[in-house]
Amino acid sequence: MSTVKLTVNGKAVAVDVEDRTLLVQLLRDHLNLTGTHVGCDTSQCGACVVHMDGRAVKSCTMLAGQADGASITTIEGIAKGDELHPMQAAFRDNHGLQCGYCTPGMIMSAIDIVHRHGGQLDEATVRTELEGNICRCTGYHNIVKAVLDAAGRMKVSQAAE
Amino acid sequence: MYQTTYHRASSVDEAASLFAKGSESKFLAGGQTLLPVMKQRLASPSDVIDLGKIKELQGVELSGDTLTIKAATIYYDIMTNADVKKAIPAIAYLTSVLGDPAVRYRGTIGGSIANNDPAADFPAALLALGATVKTNKRSISAEDFFQGLFTTALEDGEIITAVSFPVPAKAGYEKMRHPASRFALTGVFVAQTKSGEVRVAATGASQSGVMRVPAIEAALKANWSPSAIDGVSISASGLLADIHGTAEYRANLIKVMAQRAVAAAR
Repeated sequence: MSTVKLTVNGKAVAVDVEDRTLLVQLLRDHLNLTGTHVGCDTSQCGACVVHMDGRAVKSCTMLAGQADGASITTIEGIAKGDELHPMQAAFRDNHGLQCGYCTPGMIMSAIDIVHRHGGQLDEATVRTELEGNICRCTGYHNIVKAVLDAAGRMKVSQAAE
Repeated sequence: MYQTTYHRASSVDEAASLFAKGSESKFLAGGQTLLPVMKQRLASPSDVIDLGKIKELQGVELSGDTLTIKAATIYYDIMTNADVKKAIPAIAYLTSVLGDPAVRYRGTIGGSIANNDPAADFPAALLALGATVKTNKRSISAEDFFQGLFTTALEDGEIITAVSFPVPAKAGYEKMRHPASRFALTGVFVAQTKSGEVRVAATGASQSGVMRVPAIEAALKANWSPSAIDGVSISASGLLADIHGTAEYRANLIKVMAQRAVAAAR
């Protein structure tokens, strides 16, 4: 057992876990943040993507101990109170989710994509960059539309800040 | 995953001594292979020694005609590094088509070559460029380092600290990506050294892991152009065959990927 200290969605937490605990298990089983999903559990589907120090990583492919000292943001941490994050709003408006299982990972990856590419985002780039996130409803068309829509909204909201 | 004890090392020396204390220790870099393998219970190290936060294992240095990438540098930092893009753009490109964005934020060059997966990308770059693997004990040429499937010259407890690449005159890499795993169904790295030598290495193709391709090297030495490879014949003997492609298919892929790599080389 070890105590892992990290910041999750802005709050400092210290959790006693077995050393073999994965970051996704710490989030879901110990902190009850079940918005982050386990899909394939083999590092391929991206349902478990969270942000660690601002970068989109697969929380099923990290030990909790590797995140010690890091700042983690999950799907639960991106809205401002009742106001959805622009990426969440764009997914809703563009019908970017069907069953919703892949959605938390899609949104966390998509925010990272917009951060990296800023205004230079086109459809081909979004499709390439989303290759680590699998939607088994195969609803990619509206997911891509949502990401492109959100990229515009995120630029506007950044400019306003 | 079986029980294990996690240690975060803050220096290479500390990592080596932690490793020696465990009964069956394993080094962990980005963990993008080791952790999935542990989850499948195909590996059950008593102790996991995390190298990912060791400062002396981070970064890229360009000095004269040598590009050095420290072992725990993640793929994302390699593909976006200005010195890498300037000195050996083929390495920046190779890194950009390796895994997916989330994997590229965690995976490291040292982890890739220590694992020596027969379909990994970086072994081809090291072999074609004539790179040197630096460890906490010695320097090993790429030729001597890769010793077959998942096998390297590393001794138990030896830690890769960096890889040094001689900057080539030209280099290129192309691969046929496996659409699910994103590993190379076959990938070919071509390089022309500053002294005029031509070196070509293929990954994902051979049953013995990464390999040089002398027939293509000879053809490119005579004429550095994609069409020079048209007449080369590659034997399917000793090549991998699985549900994704026959040995003959991979033999042809070696030619096609080499031609594309030459066309892309700069």
